Amino acid sequence: MNHREGAVRVLRCADTGVLVEVAGLAEVIALRAALAAAPVPGVTDLVPAARTLLLRIGPGTDPDAVADAVTALPPPPEAGGEPGETVTLPVVYDGEDLDDVAALTGLSRDEVVRAHTEATWTVAFCGFAPGFGYMVGDDPRLRVPRRGEARTRVPAGSVALAGEFTGVYPRSSPGGWQLLGRTEARVWDLDRQPPGLLRPGVRVRFTDAGLP
Amino acid sequence: MSAPAGGTRRSALEVVAAGPLTTVQDAGRFGHADLGVGRSGAADAASYALANRLLANPPGAAALETTLGGLRVRARGPVTVSLTGAEAPVTVDGRGAAANAVLHLPDGAELALGVPERGLRSYLGVRGGLDVPPVLGSRSTDLLAGLGPDLPVPGALLPVGPAPAAPPNVDQAPVAPVGGSEVRLRVRLGPRDDWFTEEAVATLLSCAYEVTPRSDRVGARLSGPGLERARSGELPSEGMVAGSLQVPPGGEPVLFLADHPVTGGYPVVAVVYSADLPGAAQARPGTRIRFTL
Repeated sequence: MNHREGAVRVLRCADTGVLVEVAGLAEVIALRAALAAAPVPGVTDLVPAARTLLLRIGPGTDPDAVADAVTALPPPPEAGGEPGETVTLPVVYDGEDLDDVAALTGLSRDEVVRAHTEATWTVAFCGFAPGFGYMVGDDPRLRVPRRGEARTRVPAGSVALAGEFTGVYPRSSPGGWQLLGRTEARVWDLDRQPPGLLRPGVRVRFTDAGLP
Repeated sequence: MSAPAGGTRRSALEVVAAGPLTTVQDAGRFGHADLGVGRSGAADAASYALANRLLANPPGAAALETTLGGLRVRARGPVTVSLTGAEAPVTVDGRGAAANAVLHLPDGAELALGVPERGLRSYLGVRGGLDVPPVLGSRSTDLLAGLGPDLPVPGALLPVGPAPAAPPNVDQAPVAPVGGSEVRLRVRLGPRDDWFTEEAVATLLSCAYEVTPRSDRVGARLSGPGLERARSGELPSEGMVAGSLQVPPGGEPVLFLADHPVTGGYPVVAVVYSADLPGAAQARPGTRIRFTL
């Protein structure tokens, strides 16, 4: 038996998409890399998410053929096998929710900053806004819920935590994540190619830029 | 005015009035979903494609998408256009003109759209396409992401691209009327129909849902019988397609259109087939939608 069976569910979105459900983020990252390296004909976009990879397909493409092609893929290599590009983001850790995050995690403010800067983060997928990367880390102490109430305006460059993720707001927008600080780095810049710094697979290290 | 030396002067469309909402749209933005960038593009892809076909444009030429009429544009230099989609009364310098036809606007002529009796979105195709700067390979304005060409406001000059080599070879296209008080949309259940009770799925396929005024290019928010979930808990966010019927906790579905979010955290009970998406994009508030398999 193909050992991918059971772990992978292939679901249909009418004639416009094939949604592949896998066990977790590591499998999403590996499957996305495999399909980016060997594209399936007719697939226009790959949309990775927390437990799924959506393959958007163009008009005239047979979704069943795409589903079969995904099912026939060899099992992807273990995630983490090939380290991707690493991006370093200097952060001023003066976020409004730093005290709340300390209380939620049982750490001190300094320990939160140390944990955030010592962890290695990997962009799992993008969403919410162009260039917003959902980064997963290797320190389970930093898992905190979203804020009870979202802010109507979070400034661009805000570095925040929610659930298993950290993120950087690419532009000013509403948001419900816990704010740790801010970075001057432009994570989304249409004059750059590619415009997004935080693309799926990219490793991220945060450094403490000190307080101004 | 004389042409600049060594070239022909480019024509342009000057926006005189934009109506309730006018955007520049093309076939959409492909290949950037992994950066969190959505597809966008003309909401009614069929009417948009017809506008370009009438003008012998290449399929992805940028056009104007206008909502509930009210658009007025003036030709700066000769411009050849076509109007498709929701059939709004058209005039050129006050004289009636035909929809789904090739219209030649001489320099200075003003084209004006009234309010369509049925349907929601009309397309003004321009021979040569609108030559505004593309963003990530597309001239579509994504209103959710805030990407793409600026909204055409009165006074804006939209440059027209070079005309394609082939001349228009049809004068007028026969088309079925767009819009209506009730529309049937074919769906395929899933990907998350297993999150709903059997009764909820039966309700979706038997009751009429009304398009509410809280609808836009992101999605048509529907009012009708709520769809009850068969399970509790949260669905991890996952990729969405246009046509998805996403069901928030309130139970009334949202039908995602061109500017839908790239990912969403509520389960999708069914997806409208691509051939019926133009009908969804033309359903104005008050329209009753019936979903069939």
